[in-house]
Amino acid sequence: MPAAGYLGKPTSRVDGRAKVTGTAKYAAEYDVPGLAHGFVVSSAIAKGRITTIHTADALAVAGVLDIFTHEHRPKLASSDEAYKDEVAPPGSPLRPLYDDRILFSGQPVALVVAEEFEIARFAASLVRVEYEHEAHVTDFEAQRERATVSKQDEDPTPSTARGNPAEAFERAAVRVNGQYRMPVEHHNPMEPFAATAVWEDDDRITVFDKTQGAQNSRNYVADVLEMPRDRVRVLSPYVGGAFGAGLRPQYQLLLAVLAARALKRSVRVTLTRQQMFTLGYRSANIHELALGADSDGSLVSFRHHAVGMTSRFEDFQRDFVHWSSLLYRCENVELGQSLVKLDQNTPCDMRAPGGAEGAYAIECAMDELAYAAKLDPLELRLINYSDKDQIEDRPYSSKQLRECYRQGAEKFGWSDRNPQPRSMRDGNELVGWGMATGIWEAMQVPASAKAVLTANGNVEIASATADIGPGTYTWMTQLAAEMLGVPLENVTAKLGDSTLPDAPVEGGSFTTSSVGSAIHAACRAVQRELLGLAQKMAGSPLAGAKLDDVVFAEGKIRYKQDESREVSVADAMRAGKAERIEKAASAAPNGDSKYSHYTHSAVFAEVKIDEQLGVIRVTRMVNAVAAGRILNPKTAASQILGAVVGGIGMALHEETVTDQRFGRFVTRNLADYHVPVNADVHAIDVIFVEEKDEEINPLGVKGVGEIGIVGTAAAIANAVYHATGKRVRDLPITLDKLMRD
Amino acid sequence: MNNFEYTRASDVADAVRRIASDPAAKFVAGGTNLIDLMKENVARPSRLIDITHLPLDQIDETQDGGLRIGALVPNSDLAQHPQIEARYPLLGSAILAGASPQLRNMASTGGNLLQRTRCLYFYDTTTPCNKREPGSGCSAIGGINRMHAILGTSEHCIATHPSDMCVALAALEARVLATGRSGERSIAFAEFHRLPGDTPQLDSNLRADEIITAIELPPEGFAKNYTYLKIRDRLSYAFALVSIAVGLDIEGGTIKEARLALGGVAHKPWRNREAEARLEGAPATRENFVRAAETVLREARGFGHNDFKIELARRGILRALAQAARGTPQSQADKRIR
Amino acid sequence: MARPSSAARTGLEKIPTPAKVTVTLHVNGVERKLTIAPWTTLLDALRLYLDLTGTKKGCDHGQCGACTVLVDGRRINSCLTLAVMKDGAQVTTIEGLAQGNALHPLQQAFIEHDAFQCGYCTPGQICSAAGLIAEGRVQTADEIRELMSGNICRCGAYPNIVAAIEAVMFGKATDRSGATGR
Repeated sequence: MPAAGYLGKPTSRVDGRAKVTGTAKYAAEYDVPGLAHGFVVSSAIAKGRITTIHTADALAVAGVLDIFTHEHRPKLASSDEAYKDEVAPPGSPLRPLYDDRILFSGQPVALVVAEEFEIARFAASLVRVEYEHEAHVTDFEAQRERATVSKQDEDPTPSTARGNPAEAFERAAVRVNGQYRMPVEHHNPMEPFAATAVWEDDDRITVFDKTQGAQNSRNYVADVLEMPRDRVRVLSPYVGGAFGAGLRPQYQLLLAVLAARALKRSVRVTLTRQQMFTLGYRSANIHELALGADSDGSLVSFRHHAVGMTSRFEDFQRDFVHWSSLLYRCENVELGQSLVKLDQNTPCDMRAPGGAEGAYAIECAMDELAYAAKLDPLELRLINYSDKDQIEDRPYSSKQLRECYRQGAEKFGWSDRNPQPRSMRDGNELVGWGMATGIWEAMQVPASAKAVLTANGNVEIASATADIGPGTYTWMTQLAAEMLGVPLENVTAKLGDSTLPDAPVEGGSFTTSSVGSAIHAACRAVQRELLGLAQKMAGSPLAGAKLDDVVFAEGKIRYKQDESREVSVADAMRAGKAERIEKAASAAPNGDSKYSHYTHSAVFAEVKIDEQLGVIRVTRMVNAVAAGRILNPKTAASQILGAVVGGIGMALHEETVTDQRFGRFVTRNLADYHVPVNADVHAIDVIFVEEKDEEINPLGVKGVGEIGIVGTAAAIANAVYHATGKRVRDLPITLDKLMRD
Repeated sequence: MNNFEYTRASDVADAVRRIASDPAAKFVAGGTNLIDLMKENVARPSRLIDITHLPLDQIDETQDGGLRIGALVPNSDLAQHPQIEARYPLLGSAILAGASPQLRNMASTGGNLLQRTRCLYFYDTTTPCNKREPGSGCSAIGGINRMHAILGTSEHCIATHPSDMCVALAALEARVLATGRSGERSIAFAEFHRLPGDTPQLDSNLRADEIITAIELPPEGFAKNYTYLKIRDRLSYAFALVSIAVGLDIEGGTIKEARLALGGVAHKPWRNREAEARLEGAPATRENFVRAAETVLREARGFGHNDFKIELARRGILRALAQAARGTPQSQADKRIR
Repeated sequence: MARPSSAARTGLEKIPTPAKVTVTLHVNGVERKLTIAPWTTLLDALRLYLDLTGTKKGCDHGQCGACTVLVDGRRINSCLTLAVMKDGAQVTTIEGLAQGNALHPLQQAFIEHDAFQCGYCTPGQICSAAGLIAEGRVQTADEIRELMSGNICRCGAYPNIVAAIEAVMFGKATDRSGATGR
């Protein structure tokens, strides 16, 4: 990669102007002629059958076009395969309006379509549903003993065992064990899920959908409605946040499209905020940890068992327990996890799924071990630092975690910490300092991209990926500008369109590595052709040069060794009579890598807690991240910042509460489900530790979408302990828990 | 939202006439609660009577030196009115502790009094709720009741009143002016809101044909020794777990007059005259504060998730009394509790 | 697609929807006449009937602030008021802040300070900040934080939002948050 130029420079978002002027259009914002509006009716019960749906009153409302139910709907596919999207877990996916079965409270049972939104909403309130109730089971804690090992095939249940952890624990000089809990959380992106299905005359459908994967949505809806995939186009140029909620196609998509097809007109379906709580969620999770160490703090035994929840119909599971084997050296290890099946919707990925939960438990347990061993928590991590992935038994392609610890601690002022709990004070408030480690997998998955250079010097770069907020448009633009030597303004990045070159869903922090590698390959192909054209010119100053010998900058192709030898791109294209150069390329991970690939972080938190009232303020946070090369420090810092805010929510606020009697989430709006507000957030310092990784992918990037939330809740929980001497092991840490004796 | 009819009242008499003729009609002003409830199908009025054009947006001094606040004065204007800031900072502080700037710009003084509870079950039409559907049962008892009441509850309802402003108005002994078919009347604040009893569907004693026209504040505003301390689950834009309004008149270290009202603990802003009386004539000491708190909470009862509120209220009362006595009222912007 | 209840559909008296009324809004300085039913919120009037989709619907219940607009110069949640109740009002939305091609200083500052990610809460944040500045009661970052707490940003851009507002109000950001190298 050429070094100079646009990559690595803090760059304002190329879509910034559209977003601050309100011209960026989201899924529910396309004005389509003849648009009808759908409103979803949700199940009031958790389990059973619909015996009758009374729609007559609703149908009698002036302006109602139709009401779709399981008894009145177009044909839908009848095999599970059709409903399985790109990231579906094993099982039988939900089939909206398919039959009379109720699988969870809030399941869609009818769609009212009307000429106007308000009419649909009113009519929906007149739909009466009668049910035959069946006893539901939704109590995760109570069902814990019935947890079973998941049949999830892509993430097999971790069963890693090494040495003899039970025996090692017995003879350990220092021992801690504890149970840690995290409740159900909902993503709650600011934009509600919505789909605008535009009916085209010839049985083609174009859908503006809120999704993290336009092609995933396209394939799903085409397969379920048994339409040829090329008759469906899904667009999602702007997505108002998703955090994992948009990985799988959500039911608004299918409902909008089926209604549009049946009515032969365009239909929009937008979920209410309350209905957002009927979608996938972060599973509640319980961790049991038992750690043993020598008197010097060296871990001798590490046992971690975790339980998660899933629906009756799908096994959703993410890895809660492997992380300690990546972070800490230990010979005697036992890891395991299991799943409780409940009458709830299937959980789904939510920011750093598995890692955020696992790290919370592991890093709190490590903190407890530090106190037990009378060691500084940071010192304990360094004593047990692992240079090797002990699961795969191989080294890391890069791991600058030590540097994260060092730079983070220095910025935070960690060395001034009084180790004694309740020792630091500021007026009425107890002051606590806590830290934790973060880790996330640096993945890459196959992706494709296209680069088009036209003779006027403009570049278009395209891939069917998404930009749900991280700044994909911007780094795509930077990357193309850098590689093809054109100004940022000359580059147009296109994404969020299922007709573009294949790309996976945007998630898992793998977009930059995956799509970036594909764009890199496409731009390389353009470079190669340009160099060929330049070399065909009579007396070409670049004769004999290889692609690696030249650099593309300022519209020129230059010899690196002798910058006076150059050809302008425009001249080369003119000479070659090339109006445009279009190259598509794909990239896939190196399957033969002998290395493990992970992103790391060190998180430091300061809390101030009113001693009597238990009110917690997070006054300061530092997050030092090693994530390979950072293409855009400005937007990448925002990702970390935002994830830290998410971690504050996880630590102190977020909890979706179930009323077990109704088997229903009852905190189902933003007044009852708290996320942090501006007043909850103070200074957050983000440090990107330099980390060169030439092995991982051509760009040397690892991705930063998840890492910022991993460890954050633990750092805060540990700070709360340091401040108060009280160890709250179930999130969120609300003031009532601090008041308990 | 249901298919209501929209009308506008031309004056107070017209408003009364309109509401009296249709028991299922509702007044709408700020809309911040009613429109919310209509979207949830909790409120389904036959008719909305828009009162925003009535001339009830003035703040004037009364003959006895108090203040008369028109029912349509927006919460934010009230909080920041020079007279409120100078003479009744407790009221201003309580208003600024509630909701958000946008909502305070919309919400009216009268509407604030008529806010309905934020009980999870009241808002969820799939669950029983005696307040929403009398006789259907109370889901909060035996359900999720972390936010619910610890004082003045009944077997039919344990909802709380969500207002911050009303807690201050209770402490200040405001009066509510209402006009109905039989003319205007003045209602003591303590008599305005109701306890749930066996009619939890009724939040207040306002009659069906009445409109709130104004709130009157007595001359004493406790501007020197006051506080509004709100304790909640996040640092802003959240309803109170417990809030405490205190106004003290202290002379030479002795409390001459005490006002103490709690929010988030009952179906109405909670005052206890006995607790106040225990403070009056006594020095402003922690021991006396403890006794007052014990008096307030003697009858308190938790329902499981909200048990902590009893202890939280006790500690909050001590802190709020100390803040008021010291003359260091809680700031609503600086989140450190003083 | 048999409909068992379809027989019930015929012969039934239609349930009426509210009669439409004419509402005049002065939106971003332009008089707009609308014929809408009274149950239309100001937010839906802007988004659905005036195609001004810059104003966002995040929760529709006054719990997020994404729908913030300025009505007669004051910031409000447009989801909790009916358009008919604002007949004759001056409404300023995000689309009305820029002067032609020149962005409003807040818009520019939001871009410079990267005060958003997904962009969905952004119009509400900016309108709210414009209202905040007009209110003229803010002197410190703590006060900005408190008085911007009615606008939820799930992407968590709060420190950058505060920095952007500070930059516009005080000429510089005092908030220490952010990345090395920003």
